[in-house]
Amino acid sequence: MDKNKHINIDFSQSKFFMISKSFALFKKDFSSELRTRYAINSLAMFIIVAISVILFSIGNEKITESLTGGLFWVVIFFTAMSGLARAFVSEEERGTSLTLQLISAPSTVFTGKLMFNVILVFCMNTVIALLYSALFEEFVIRNFTLFLLTFILGNFGLAISSTIIAAIIAKAGAKGTLYPVLSFPILLPLILTSVQLTLFSFDGTSFEEAKFELAIVVGYDVIMLTASYMLFDFIWKD
Amino acid sequence: MIWKIFLFLLLAFVSIAGIIFPIVEKPEAWYEFPFIPGLEENAKIIFFHVPTAWLTVIAFLMSTIFSFRYLRKKNLDEDAKAYSAAQLGMIFCILATVTGAIWAKFAWGSFWSWDPRQTSIFALLLIYGALFALRSSIESEEKRATLSSVYSLIAFVTVPFFIFIMPRIMKGLHPGSADDTNAGPVVDFKMNSNMQLIFFLSLIGFTILYFWMWKVGYKSIIYRDKLNNQLLIPTKSGQGG
Repeated sequence: MDKNKHINIDFSQSKFFMISKSFALFKKDFSSELRTRYAINSLAMFIIVAISVILFSIGNEKITESLTGGLFWVVIFFTAMSGLARAFVSEEERGTSLTLQLISAPSTVFTGKLMFNVILVFCMNTVIALLYSALFEEFVIRNFTLFLLTFILGNFGLAISSTIIAAIIAKAGAKGTLYPVLSFPILLPLILTSVQLTLFSFDGTSFEEAKFELAIVVGYDVIMLTASYMLFDFIWKD
Repeated sequence: MIWKIFLFLLLAFVSIAGIIFPIVEKPEAWYEFPFIPGLEENAKIIFFHVPTAWLTVIAFLMSTIFSFRYLRKKNLDEDAKAYSAAQLGMIFCILATVTGAIWAKFAWGSFWSWDPRQTSIFALLLIYGALFALRSSIESEEKRATLSSVYSLIAFVTVPFFIFIMPRIMKGLHPGSADDTNAGPVVDFKMNSNMQLIFFLSLIGFTILYFWMWKVGYKSIIYRDKLNNQLLIPTKSGQGG
């Protein structure tokens, strides 16, 4: 046995191989998404519907900055809830999750799905931010770098948490209504801090003053990422 | 049996003493409570509000620990223990919220003011609610145990953030908040010795009650699952109360 040991190099354990594999998974999701455009279409329509409902209800009323910042994250949260569960639910619906379990390690699958959701979240939130700055008078960013940093960190946190909850939902039998219920308590710290940081960027607060909140968002991202990778094995293996 | 009678007497004494012992300016007799500025007659609810809040935390912690143990050992008994702790946690969480809201009405002027503690306990209620919603949606026992364990661990990870974020975002009214000037009875004890005695007796009594209820709860879940497996009836076991 020992003589042959050098031949049996476990390729799947190699780091480079793992990343390329999860990238292949991401490309598969991406091309299947481009074919059906299900998530993109539903997200785009949801954004338009949500923002127009807010605009109708505001009417000619003048709303405050803090309300605009809050509404910004409300739209982001519910848009994420409407589209991000697809990543794992689609695998269960098509019955391809068993094949995925056979060909790759759980962490590989999670990385691939996370990449796809991160791209989706960034696209959707960029559209929301652009629409907000065009349609809301009070959406004036005075500290742009702070806003950008909040935006990037918040999006990563949103993508990580919603991906792990999506995995739970998919295994629970794709209960659509359960997704926001399960996600909200998990995302609450992130959303509260992001709203605060967005308001800081409206006010033009300096980095020094916003250091604490930024540290919290970074901590949230790191901790959720670690916890997700550790716990995903249990969800994924039947 | 003896300890059950003891527990009954203890809780009966705490309830009666906590409610009927008078609050006076200068306590002299052994049954008189001191007058604490800022709390006044409201001070009596401390014997019921603090133990429920304390047990909410204990139950949440225990449910997380047993969830973790379930994931390591894959023993369904551990899941029954976690579920039973979560059920009790939900009950005590509602009780703590209600008693806290009543206290807040008389101390701060409104039932709900999104104080950091109130927001945190609201988040805890949401977590428990989500956990039960998740449990009731899954039929397979192993799957239900695994997914709810994973969810409660993820939820547990987010809890420390509330402790750091809340005081920054909202002004604290609750004793023990960061910007609390008139340090309340939780921080430095302005109670006299007999008030402290009843307070700790209440804490001990409620804690024993909790562990008793928890034991009864998880045993009944285990027995019911066993019976269901013996009878081979495909029911959704372990879902109801």
